[in-house]
Amino acid sequence: MVNLGALVQFVVDVLSLGSLYALMALGLVIVYGILRLVNFAYGELIMVAGYALFLLSPTPLPWLVMGLLAVLVSVTTSYLTERVAFRPVRERSLTAMLITSFAVGTMLQNAATLFISPRARVVPLPEVFTQYVTIAERIVPLRNLIAIGVSVVLLGLFALLLRYSILGIALRAAADKFVMTRMLGVPANLVIGTAFAISGLLAGTAALFWFGRTGSVTPEIGLWPLLVAFVSTVIGGMRSLLGAVVGGYVLALIQMVFSYFLPPGLLEFRVTFVFTLVILILLFRPEGLIRGR
Amino acid sequence: MESLRRLAGQPVLGTAVTLIVPLVALAVLTALSGSLLLERIVTVMFIHLIVVTGLQMFMGNSGIVSFAHIGFMGIGAYATVVFSLDPGMKEMTLRYLYEFLKPVHLPFWMALVVGTGIGTAIAAVISFPLMRLHDAAAVITSFAVLIVIHDVIVHWSEVTNGPRTLYGVERETFLWNSALCALAGLVFAVWFRESKVGLQLRASRDDRLAAQAIGVNMVFVRWLAFVLMCGYAAFAGGLFAHFITSFQPGQFYLREVFLVLAMLVIGGPGSVSGAVVGTLLVTALREGLRTGEAKLNLMQIISGQVVGLTEFMLAIAMIAILIFRPAGLMQGRELRLPFRKAPPNAATRER
Repeated sequence: MVNLGALVQFVVDVLSLGSLYALMALGLVIVYGILRLVNFAYGELIMVAGYALFLLSPTPLPWLVMGLLAVLVSVTTSYLTERVAFRPVRERSLTAMLITSFAVGTMLQNAATLFISPRARVVPLPEVFTQYVTIAERIVPLRNLIAIGVSVVLLGLFALLLRYSILGIALRAAADKFVMTRMLGVPANLVIGTAFAISGLLAGTAALFWFGRTGSVTPEIGLWPLLVAFVSTVIGGMRSLLGAVVGGYVLALIQMVFSYFLPPGLLEFRVTFVFTLVILILLFRPEGLIRGR
Repeated sequence: MESLRRLAGQPVLGTAVTLIVPLVALAVLTALSGSLLLERIVTVMFIHLIVVTGLQMFMGNSGIVSFAHIGFMGIGAYATVVFSLDPGMKEMTLRYLYEFLKPVHLPFWMALVVGTGIGTAIAAVISFPLMRLHDAAAVITSFAVLIVIHDVIVHWSEVTNGPRTLYGVERETFLWNSALCALAGLVFAVWFRESKVGLQLRASRDDRLAAQAIGVNMVFVRWLAFVLMCGYAAFAGGLFAHFITSFQPGQFYLREVFLVLAMLVIGGPGSVSGAVVGTLLVTALREGLRTGEAKLNLMQIISGQVVGLTEFMLAIAMIAILIFRPAGLMQGRELRLPFRKAPPNAATRER
């Protein structure tokens, strides 16, 4: 006899965390798919959204507007990093681009340390994030349900955009064969710029719910989302957008199973387990769960 | 092959001498100046030089970015200290240490050799299967190795004292021994670059398939360079631990990765001269900025502390180099006295 309440709680936990992870992973893989760039500055897109919320908190704006502005800051940052740092080194080598992304990430982190503070800052949260509902006699935070809802809608919209819009078709074509796509007259800068903007949009949206969980922002907060995105994309398959989403949910499932069932002595080493798994997947099944075409 | 060997024989000596003479001069002048601060700065620079030279051997010759080596620097630091620390001190600072390790006490140099050996052996075992990966997979696995090592160091209290600071280490690293080690490492790296394995590795960097087609065992040569890099890093970690005398796991993580990478990228990963120039320049820049930071803090123009300025400027310098001079300041060339143009067939330009 399975306890219904415990089951509901487990499912909501996995789905809400998985939705965030899926958004984060998708934001990373949309750029990777086109440029083959593993963007080490990706976590900082989440960080900037947090600081945007912090800086906006003294203003009388309603939270929803602040949230939208924070997402906009992520989008702008993502686009600007592409424009200023990645575009000049794009034609050179993957290694150059990769090192650039690492430097950009460090620069943004230290900009936050330098211009704001090395210490944690409180992020304003809306009322609904602190409310709870009762399902099957279990208390479930409302923000988890909102996270699931928003992510599913966003992922759905994104799928529609990719499938039916001209821009989406260009993005998919570029992810498949970038050189050929350019030869057919699709402007490279437009496609790449759009990919970075979408990457920022997904990171910014995920950030709102991420800060709903943490409540505060530090300069180093981007590291964990970056790792999450790495692991999810490796699990799901680096060459497939669907894979990134699936990978996000699978990672959340693994993490929840660990924290529900692993004894405390081993729980300490869960990061080690997860990253050993990543290394093994890359060695023995580099295409991940979902094989990209 | 014979002509190749003749070509490779000469440059090694010339480059080694050209790089060593100014560094020896720097060490001697530092010692003569009697300034303790300068001595500390130059000693740390020599320790960094070992790590950067190691990174050059792998990354510069194979073209693959590495994060993992800093993890091995941590392994080297902890492994050396476990063997060199006085048993009485261990009771205080390494309380949870395994019983059989508690009475172990080796002289510093032997502990350093053992620590480096442990780091190198671990690198040799885990890295072999990873060496066939390239591009994104190689980078992410390297990153994953760093994170796994860091996580283990943070949680394995029975060896490392966990996330807490490990203190009470004897100061054994001084200007002269760090300089000697760095210079020896430098000479080996210059030789390695021109050696058979070095040439094969560079061939595999420039064209993977063509190199394998002419019989280069790519996985093996990459592995050899990777293990050497990790050995250098572990050795430097042991030296560093006995210089700084108290440290924690966070010192062998992303901040250090960035600093070492900045040194190599700014100097130019393609040559050992690049590693030297980058290490010197970044050390100077960093110390200058740090002094600036401290001055700003003293003057209290801005409320609160100025933190992060150094890394911020370094990151910008690194991005600028990548955009405007992507092969680094040295452009993959080696310095060689007398400074005449190398014959065209000896030129080892970066792509």
